[in-house]
Amino acid sequence: MSYVTKSPWIIHYDGSSCNGCDIEVLACLTPMYDVERFGIINTGNPKHADIFLITGSVNEQNINVIKQIYEQMPEPKVVVAVGICATSGGIFKECYNVMGGVDTVIPVDVYVPGCAARPEAIIDGVVKGLGVLEEKRAAMGKKPAAVKAETKADSGKKKEEA
Amino acid sequence: MSTILFLILFPFVVALALLVLKTDAARDVIVKVASVVIAAASVYLTVQYFGSGGEYFEFEGEIVNSLMMGIEICLAVIIFYLGVKYKKYLASLLVAIQTPIMVWFELSVGHGIHVTHNMYVDRLSLVMVLIIGIIGTLICWYSIGYMKDFQHHHHGEPDRRPWFFFLMFLFLAAMFGIVVSNNLVWLYFFWEITTLCSFFLIGYTKTKEAINNSFRALIMNLFGGLGFVLGIVVLGNFYETLELDQMLAIGLMGGSVVVPAALLAFAGITKAAQMPFNSWLLGAMVAPTPTSALLHSSTMVKAGVFLIVKLSPVLGWNLAGIMVMLVGGITFLMASFAAISQSNAKRVLAYSTVANLGLIVACGGIGTYAAVWAAIMLIIFHAVTKSLLFLCVGTAEHNIGSRDIEDMDGLFGRMPRLATFMIVGIAGMFLAPFGMLISKWAALKAVIDSGNVLLVMMIVFGSAATLFYWTKWLGKMVAIVAKRENIQQNVHKEEWLVLSSLTVLTIVICLIFPVVSSYLIVPYLEAVYSTVAALALSSGNMYIMSAMLALVVLLPLLFFGKTNKKIVPIYMAGVNLGDDLTFLGSMEKPMPVSLRNWYMEDYFAEKRMNVIGVIATVVVLVAAFSMIIGGVL
Amino acid sequence: MNLTTSLIGIAAYLILAPIAGGLLAGIDRKISARMQGRYGPPILQPFYDFFKLMEKEPITVNKVQDFYIMCFLIFIIITGCFFFAGGDLLLVIFTLTLASIFLVVAAFSSNSPYAQVGAERELLQMMAYEPMVLLTAVGFYLVSGSFNVADIVTGEVMGIKYLPGIFLGFVFILTIKLRKSPFDLSMSHHAHQELVKGMTTEFSGRTLAALEIAHWYENIFLLGFVYLFFVNQAAWTPVLAVIVCLVVYFIEILIDNSYARMKWQIAINASWIVAVTLGFVNLLVLYFMG
Repeated sequence: MSYVTKSPWIIHYDGSSCNGCDIEVLACLTPMYDVERFGIINTGNPKHADIFLITGSVNEQNINVIKQIYEQMPEPKVVVAVGICATSGGIFKECYNVMGGVDTVIPVDVYVPGCAARPEAIIDGVVKGLGVLEEKRAAMGKKPAAVKAETKADSGKKKEEA
Repeated sequence: MSTILFLILFPFVVALALLVLKTDAARDVIVKVASVVIAAASVYLTVQYFGSGGEYFEFEGEIVNSLMMGIEICLAVIIFYLGVKYKKYLASLLVAIQTPIMVWFELSVGHGIHVTHNMYVDRLSLVMVLIIGIIGTLICWYSIGYMKDFQHHHHGEPDRRPWFFFLMFLFLAAMFGIVVSNNLVWLYFFWEITTLCSFFLIGYTKTKEAINNSFRALIMNLFGGLGFVLGIVVLGNFYETLELDQMLAIGLMGGSVVVPAALLAFAGITKAAQMPFNSWLLGAMVAPTPTSALLHSSTMVKAGVFLIVKLSPVLGWNLAGIMVMLVGGITFLMASFAAISQSNAKRVLAYSTVANLGLIVACGGIGTYAAVWAAIMLIIFHAVTKSLLFLCVGTAEHNIGSRDIEDMDGLFGRMPRLATFMIVGIAGMFLAPFGMLISKWAALKAVIDSGNVLLVMMIVFGSAATLFYWTKWLGKMVAIVAKRENIQQNVHKEEWLVLSSLTVLTIVICLIFPVVSSYLIVPYLEAVYSTVAALALSSGNMYIMSAMLALVVLLPLLFFGKTNKKIVPIYMAGVNLGDDLTFLGSMEKPMPVSLRNWYMEDYFAEKRMNVIGVIATVVVLVAAFSMIIGGVL
Repeated sequence: MNLTTSLIGIAAYLILAPIAGGLLAGIDRKISARMQGRYGPPILQPFYDFFKLMEKEPITVNKVQDFYIMCFLIFIIITGCFFFAGGDLLLVIFTLTLASIFLVVAAFSSNSPYAQVGAERELLQMMAYEPMVLLTAVGFYLVSGSFNVADIVTGEVMGIKYLPGIFLGFVFILTIKLRKSPFDLSMSHHAHQELVKGMTTEFSGRTLAALEIAHWYENIFLLGFVYLFFVNQAAWTPVLAVIVCLVVYFIEILIDNSYARMKWQIAINASWIVAVTLGFVNLLVLYFMG
């Protein structure tokens, strides 16, 4: 059992969200849902984080930002797209400035649809993400160089829906 | 004895030679050869008296006295004339009061006083001789390369480098004279020569600011000189001696020498740029860097504290000693605070010098065995480390075109070797396990044992301020800024030689200081205090410090920069443009990252710190002198 | 203290301090959570965090940052070893300063905006607590005649009897040293976030793990200072002292949860005023009493 599942730290980023999902993410930290029970801490720093929680869709302005944050996270890392806008663009998909969901930029491991996604669903998604983290961590341990390419390709296939 | 005379006369002869030589080649050779000879002579002197611990010399010679008096009068006339010419009448006034009193005294009372020993050597003198002879000559060596650049930058102006080097070597001669003169009149003569050298060197660039600052230095030091003269007059008239060792003997045997001690200490206070006289040292920073290094950090100001340390046995909990303690403590505190708000590197170094001198002065004032140990250690370490820092700043300035700390970020990339030397220098000024920290530790203990609670508070707060201003400069030095090209190749080899020597010396002195302590300093203290006492630092702790130093040197040598981790960009909220230097601003424009240190002007503004310090020290000085004079009358 | 007891002290510190420190951190988070009406993480959570960080991919922003953090860890451990070997309090304080400088320099070296601001704030914090810490050492010296921890611990006098002011002052600045609100300006632990992560913004993985464990080592010898106030040669005093340490730690947790972070001006004003009033007055009284 790797420790990364016992101490998953989050970086939460708002792409172009209306803040509805963001409020629900923050609600998870409140006493009502209390995700710190699972060792989850909201660090705002990609270099400290294991889970990249994104709300809102991708547009021209935030493509590079999302890429940068993702690249500055050390392995093993998972991406959880929270809310339908992050999943696929939601009702804004046809807008001229919206590129689509997060998977247009970076590989997503867990999708949590909803508008706004409920805290229970978000927690559920994160827990599923922990499973993915576990696998990635195990793969990391074996052959670091070759496996890196493998996990990147595989995570495109491993799409679990909450 | 001949070595001492050689040390005084040889630099003087060299100075004259340098005054007339005009070519670079000749000057280079003479300076280098002379430096080596002087350094060798200093070491030789130390070896000569290492075992015996010193000697007193008669050195009879009325002719010397007459010669000195003659030169003094000539110099007085020159100063008087210059004061009038530049409309600095206070200078003319002071010299018009000071020199006639001195001459009158020498011709009347002084003539009659028999001087047993005009000169001497003891272990403290040896320490000072080594500092002057080694560090002083290293700085002269450095000046060769530095002044070439200087002349290059000021190519429109006449080449007055012969005058510069004349003054530097004349100054060395005078300093040697100060630390081996037992006859206070002779000491005063050499003292005034250093004042003059400082005056001419500060005004070297002949800009309006330089001239003003040189006169400020002159006036303040003349003021101190006046105190010196009055001290000699009192000593001669009421105690019938002109000799330093006899004055100390009177004091140690229970007699009160508070009045002359206070007056001589006052001279030391002005020379050491203590508040309220610190502004001359700050103003002296306009001079070429070797001047700042030699005169105003490592050597001339040490003459001031040297005198106070020599007077330590008769200071302590009397009016003179309390005056000195408080002036030193207040200066240490306020100068440390003021340094926080400075971004000009030379000003930071100047305030740091003033502060450290304040600490030495305070220890001298306490006058106990442990305090004087701390003071002497501080003198040694400060001389080495501060000259290193000044010379590094000088080299940096010539190569990056600025003395501002804010322009020194990324120096590690642009001038890696220089940055490393500066890091050693900065660390050496305040970090364990380097020497200044060890000395400060000892000073703190001595201050606690002295019972002066106010002084304890001053030291404690001053130390806190100290770590702040040094570390933020250190932070600028270590920052790894992307895309910095190496511009080190323009540094002269003489500069590299001196900078590396001083860096090595900084580390070596810290490693061997237990040895220096047991063989040079403790015997001196035992001789002066006629007792063996516990040092502030136990020998166990001293060896722990040396071990830590070895570790601190070894760790970087083994591990610095050796990593094969993947490098990622720094976090700029996701808008890093990839080079770690610019980010995408809110209007889609690339914005450069600009990082500045904190200067905390609201708390530590230079003006306010100076005002508080000056008022406090003036109150102390006036109160002390009133009580001393009142007590006598 | 002879060599054997010193070595035992050092060994105990080296092995037990990270465990105790980690447990304390875990208890801290649990109690904080309960104060906030939550369940909170398991008590062993800090250890999970530590091991997770060790497992992360090694990345860094420049070639020197991790070296500085390594030095920070080494010198924090050395500081604690000096303390638990019964060494000189001033030596402990100065070595701690050296270690802290390494941490600040690590943050500066990255030339990152967030790290820089964190570093400047950390320096300010150091300047704020330094006077009081030095005065604490002075106080112990005046009361027990020695700076050595060994002598203080086996002395006749219980420090708190003559050092009430200094004790209160020390507990005040302990809030800064333990990085608790209202004075956790430079790197805000855990749930809070400011300036991204302040000083630690550019640290990652094993470097961050080293930082965590260094803080556990540090917290233990900081509590050791508190311990010193309540021991003397009597055999029951260590028990009292440990209880007081835990109570003080609990009070720090309480303060942490009761206050929001304050401005740096308040941090330095308050600390220096405390040092001048509580510290200075206590010292004056001691000097007068002789």
